[in-house]
Amino acid sequence: MGVDLSQFLQTFFEESFEGLDIMEAGLLELDPGAPDIETLHNVFRAAHSIKGGSGTFGLSQVSEFTHRLETLLDRLREGEQAVTPENISALLESVDCLRGMLEAARDGTEHDTAAQAAVEARLDAELGNPTAPAAPPGGGAADGGPTGGPGGGGGWRIRFAPEPYLFTTGNDPLRIFSALEELGEVTVVADLTGLPPLEALDAEECRLAWTLELRGDADEAAVREVFEWVEDDAELEITPLAEAAGGAAASAPVSSSPPVAASALAATVPAPAGGGASAAPGAAKKGGAGAAAASSIRVDTGKIDVLIDMVGELVITQSMLSQVGKEFSAERLEELQDGLAQLERNTRELQDSVMRIRMVPISFAYSRLPRIVHDVSRGLGKEVELVLEGEQTELDKTVMEKIIDPLVHLVRNAVDHGVEPPEERRAAGKPETGTLRIEAYHKGGNIIIEITDDGRGINRAKLLEKARAAGLVDARSEPPDEQIYELIFHPGLSTHDEATEYSGRGVGMDVVKRNIRELSGNISVHSEPGKGTVLTISLPLTLSILDGQLFRVGDETYIVPLVSIIESLQIQPDRVSGLSGEVELYHWREGYIPMIRLHELFGVVHRANEGDEDGEEVSEAGLLVVVEDDNRHVGLRVDELLDQQQVVIKSLEENFLSVPGFAGATILGNGMVALILDIAGLVDLGREASAQAAGVASESAAAAKRAAVDESQDYLSFVIGDEEYAVDVRRVQEIRGWEAPTPIPNAPPHVHGVVNLRGAMPLILDMRTRFGLPRRESYESAVVILVRVKDDGEDQLVGLVVDAPSAVHTLSRRQIRSAPQMRRQGGDVVRGLANVDEKIVIVLDVDRLFGEEERAVSEQQVMA
Amino acid sequence: MAKILAVDDSASMRQMVSFTLKQQGHQVTDAVDGQDALAKAKSGSFDLVITDVNMPKMDGITLVRELRALPAFKGVPILLLTTESAVEKKQEGKKAGATGWLVKPFDPDQLLSTIKKVLG
Repeated sequence: MGVDLSQFLQTFFEESFEGLDIMEAGLLELDPGAPDIETLHNVFRAAHSIKGGSGTFGLSQVSEFTHRLETLLDRLREGEQAVTPENISALLESVDCLRGMLEAARDGTEHDTAAQAAVEARLDAELGNPTAPAAPPGGGAADGGPTGGPGGGGGWRIRFAPEPYLFTTGNDPLRIFSALEELGEVTVVADLTGLPPLEALDAEECRLAWTLELRGDADEAAVREVFEWVEDDAELEITPLAEAAGGAAASAPVSSSPPVAASALAATVPAPAGGGASAAPGAAKKGGAGAAAASSIRVDTGKIDVLIDMVGELVITQSMLSQVGKEFSAERLEELQDGLAQLERNTRELQDSVMRIRMVPISFAYSRLPRIVHDVSRGLGKEVELVLEGEQTELDKTVMEKIIDPLVHLVRNAVDHGVEPPEERRAAGKPETGTLRIEAYHKGGNIIIEITDDGRGINRAKLLEKARAAGLVDARSEPPDEQIYELIFHPGLSTHDEATEYSGRGVGMDVVKRNIRELSGNISVHSEPGKGTVLTISLPLTLSILDGQLFRVGDETYIVPLVSIIESLQIQPDRVSGLSGEVELYHWREGYIPMIRLHELFGVVHRANEGDEDGEEVSEAGLLVVVEDDNRHVGLRVDELLDQQQVVIKSLEENFLSVPGFAGATILGNGMVALILDIAGLVDLGREASAQAAGVASESAAAAKRAAVDESQDYLSFVIGDEEYAVDVRRVQEIRGWEAPTPIPNAPPHVHGVVNLRGAMPLILDMRTRFGLPRRESYESAVVILVRVKDDGEDQLVGLVVDAPSAVHTLSRRQIRSAPQMRRQGGDVVRGLANVDEKIVIVLDVDRLFGEEERAVSEQQVMA
Repeated sequence: MAKILAVDDSASMRQMVSFTLKQQGHQVTDAVDGQDALAKAKSGSFDLVITDVNMPKMDGITLVRELRALPAFKGVPILLLTTESAVEKKQEGKKAGATGWLVKPFDPDQLLSTIKKVLG
């Protein structure tokens, strides 16, 4: 019959990888001095299963390799050989090798046979048979067991006298005889002499004996095989039929019992030709292609039972509702409502339970950690005890798979950088063995994973020094600890001067953070010098459902994840920086955040809340939803906030195409599609604009750094239109009244001309024009501020025509926040924004006022 | 058609055995270890038990002994799935009351021809 064995390969691979994890964990647990026998049994059993399965499913190389492994494990288990650090490490290597072989077989790729040979040699050395060719498992022709005598040729006489208890073993002489018939023609003669008198007869006892004659060319081994199961429970004599001796006996093939697996398998699975060291069998390649694509999950049967129960309840609810519907009348309204409430409950519970199916215990992710700790600590000569807690904490399978790499990285880092070498620990009065504790638990709607080491802690001073050198932290500022420790996630920063084999190249922590953020999670760090470090990862329970805040822009409904919302507020127009343009700023909590008008971004017609009975003015201005990503904030201007509800995330990419700014879509109760905003993307959008402005700002900041040592600086502010601007007071030479300047032909519109000022000829710049405002109708009350600007190292004097001087403000550099790019006219000369007495003051970089246009005019003037 | 209890801690082996048997029209119940099998054996009736030897919680030999102690399983055929490297298990299993054995690795055809010896 044709059973395609490749259909079981995926399961085999999955369980084999699990088995390898068990082996690895067990081996790491083994104490060479006093090995735990139960652990050894577990390791052995895992190897044994892999061997059995690989043989069955046609992976003969894996089977052969595992045979060595199993032999060594068996000896250790039986106490025939001592457990030593050497053989543990040989076994661990073979676990790695086996993993490689299985992966190659699964993926249909080439396997590293050189590495395999090296590990085999090591295993052989441990087994004490350096030359040993692996005993062919699964019954090669060489050790096929009893091969039996010469073929009977003519046949055999068999005397079979079973013990009375034969039936209780489940064997039945009739079946044995019919099996014998497959070998040739059989005659049976029963021997009734053993039968007791009827009254003493026990139907459960076998009191008969038989003499059988088998004619044909079957050999003795084949005959014995038929009786194999009962030969110890019976007298069995097999003699050749005398009259048929000789003949064609020589031609009978020597067939081995147990049948040779490889050749038998060839019928169903194409086995590799030649075998040898030529990597994965073809069968595995074929099966592997399918296996790699599919993904399966093991589900506790308890969870399925719960589901079935719920479906049962759902059916009851459904039938109740349909009954109500059939004969509906107004009196039955309450019944209908009850039914609907029940339906809602059923749905919710069903949803919860279905989600729970995807949940797997974090122990899967934990399983790789002991090995990492073992290898890294051994390599560095450290002693580390790994304590794993909360192994049964469940999380979404996808989240689990994606958290493994970051977790491994963090654990490796903790052993490498965190835990000190034994001498150092002793000197610090700590136990020589460091402790690395990993704890997982549920908190709110999140999984928390804490990685705690009792090592030396993060070197705060060094980190700060590096950050300053890299220009990430201002030389004079002393940020709080949290901010400093956060720097470990900054790309390119490592407190280790030399990278070790295990970590410390400064790449990685940023990747860890990014990976975690991709899972909508977060990571934070807390460290105490000399005491250790705690890294806390927080992850959502699942990726496919989120708690969303629905809101309306125009006629469209959008969703933001509830967790990313910091605050929703009514927009106060006076807190919006009055700059028109693509990016506006909102004054929020002692700072400025970019404000994105979603209707402009999405190109929908926005519509104030019509349903607002009071018709308040605020609805005209709209609402601001302040969202956060990675501690960066952005304000989203929306028309109206709607419900909060759980939504199922549908991939846009799979169903439509990937759209920047959107994380996905969902289907609302009314059947409409609502898009889910990608907060990180929107924040980036806000930041992108401000980054350009920051580039401008940092240049002038660098200039200021060179010039100024003190923190604070006086600024002269003045009014133009509705805005207050400020310039560095040290650049201000004079404030004058209006005096009509001499116009300059072909000058740009904002250049009024020049005035003669004690021999200097400053250009008079109209700031209104410069900032895109209409010119004054009358200049009588205008004021001219003369400032010194640097142009290519030379001082130039320019006059700024403003509406009125306002005040002198003392501002620290930190008070001046870099502004997102102002795309409106004049934005290029803005250095930053400062908040003074609840007002926004726009700080100008005066040097930028003297640009190419001005220079050209000035030069023209000098020549004239 | 027979009712068969198939016991193995390896999911792929369970799948293979039960798929093969079901294709022949048998009714197959799976169990993941000896304990599981014993519980299922007590709450149902079977014409044949096929069990792996090396399993967690309760191994196949112990399972055979426990089953044989149940009146309902007195003459029910029980086959052990052993491996080449564990010859002594055959005898041990035999002593515990197993009917016979099948040596791993085996293929579906071998499985079917083996159970013929006990189911007819």
